[in-house]
Amino acid sequence: MRSPFFATPPATTMPDAAAYALRLGDDALVLSHRLAEWVAHAPELEEDVALANISLDLLGQARALLAYAGAVEGAGRDEDALAYLRDDRAFTNMQLVELPRGDFGLTIARQLLFSTYQRMLYARLAASSDETLAGIAAKAEKEVAYHVDHATQWTLRLGEGTAGSHARMRAGLVAVWPYADELFEADPLTDRLAAEGVGVDPSCLRGEWDAAVDGVLREATLERPEVRPAAGGGRRGLHTEHLGHLLAEMQSLHRAHPGVTW
Amino acid sequence: MVTTTTSPRDVAARVTDPELPVLTVDDLGVLRDVAVDAGGVVEVTITPTYSGCPAMDAIRSDIETALHDAGYADVRVRTVLRPAWSTDWISAEGRRKLEEFGIAPPSPVRAGGPVPLALGVRCPRCGSPDTEMTSRFGSTACKALYVCRACAEPFDAVKAL
Repeated sequence: MRSPFFATPPATTMPDAAAYALRLGDDALVLSHRLAEWVAHAPELEEDVALANISLDLLGQARALLAYAGAVEGAGRDEDALAYLRDDRAFTNMQLVELPRGDFGLTIARQLLFSTYQRMLYARLAASSDETLAGIAAKAEKEVAYHVDHATQWTLRLGEGTAGSHARMRAGLVAVWPYADELFEADPLTDRLAAEGVGVDPSCLRGEWDAAVDGVLREATLERPEVRPAAGGGRRGLHTEHLGHLLAEMQSLHRAHPGVTW
Repeated sequence: MVTTTTSPRDVAARVTDPELPVLTVDDLGVLRDVAVDAGGVVEVTITPTYSGCPAMDAIRSDIETALHDAGYADVRVRTVLRPAWSTDWISAEGRRKLEEFGIAPPSPVRAGGPVPLALGVRCPRCGSPDTEMTSRFGSTACKALYVCRACAEPFDAVKAL
């Protein structure tokens, strides 16, 4: 639902390319933080390492995207200012990435949905007429191929594993599926950038994504859940209650000690 | 006044990777270019192995320090992402050093599969091809974990990217 009260997102004052880089950077940054929460809590040591590595890839992508957003904006905000000194309403990530990590089933369900989407998005963005965005995407796409493989392998293991692992994987899918539609929502910004050959129209990815995800679910003996979509609005700065808590933890050090280094 | 006899390229090329200390940034293909302009400013271009590689900050400052120590006062290190780094850029010398250090070098990148497949990873300790991947993600972003079925030793392998 689009509410007139929230019609003006805080980030639209940025130039288009900056606002777009910020969206993709926010997706990567917030999910990176969620995955980092698994360190020392994963089901096995190798998973601590794997999720930390995936988190680190996303953090690197976020740094490049946020640094570029700040440079294009030209208002003197660097990657740290954008990551640590914005409030939740100024974040333009999709709600899917901010949901609490849940159990391992939910985390893998989200990884399957998001990594599959992100790889398809980056593959197209690598052909952007904007050289910086194209460079970041071409680099990141190779990394995300490993994330897709990781999520796929775990979906198969959990889906085809025990009754318990199957049930938790299914519950994870039910929990994240309402947030899937938002991945493909086009808006005036993506319309303009897609027309200019700078950005990707996310609605174009839906068919390919459906086929890929459905294929994995079928092989894993899982089904696409029948659930109502969530209201969405992350791109317009509308978030679940969870993002504020995540940001409070992520930003506290930088805000308490501005410019701190070690 | 620059009073040095070693070229800036040679100085930068000797800097090692903090996570793979047997390899230089040149062996790794991370060092892309070293140029000196008319004013004597040395501009070094590097590229990350992975977007989030935490060694990049250390490599950047190690290159600056090495060049300052060699007498080059004005040094700029810039990072480029294009074209994206690939394990195919690790030199033959780099592959040899990796193996000597106990890390299996990456196989050539093949397009087509869901991820670049590492075929025939040999144990860097006993040389057996009878190895098994235990995790695609290892101690650093660029490595996977393997175990050798012949000598039972676990080892790292640089994964194809």
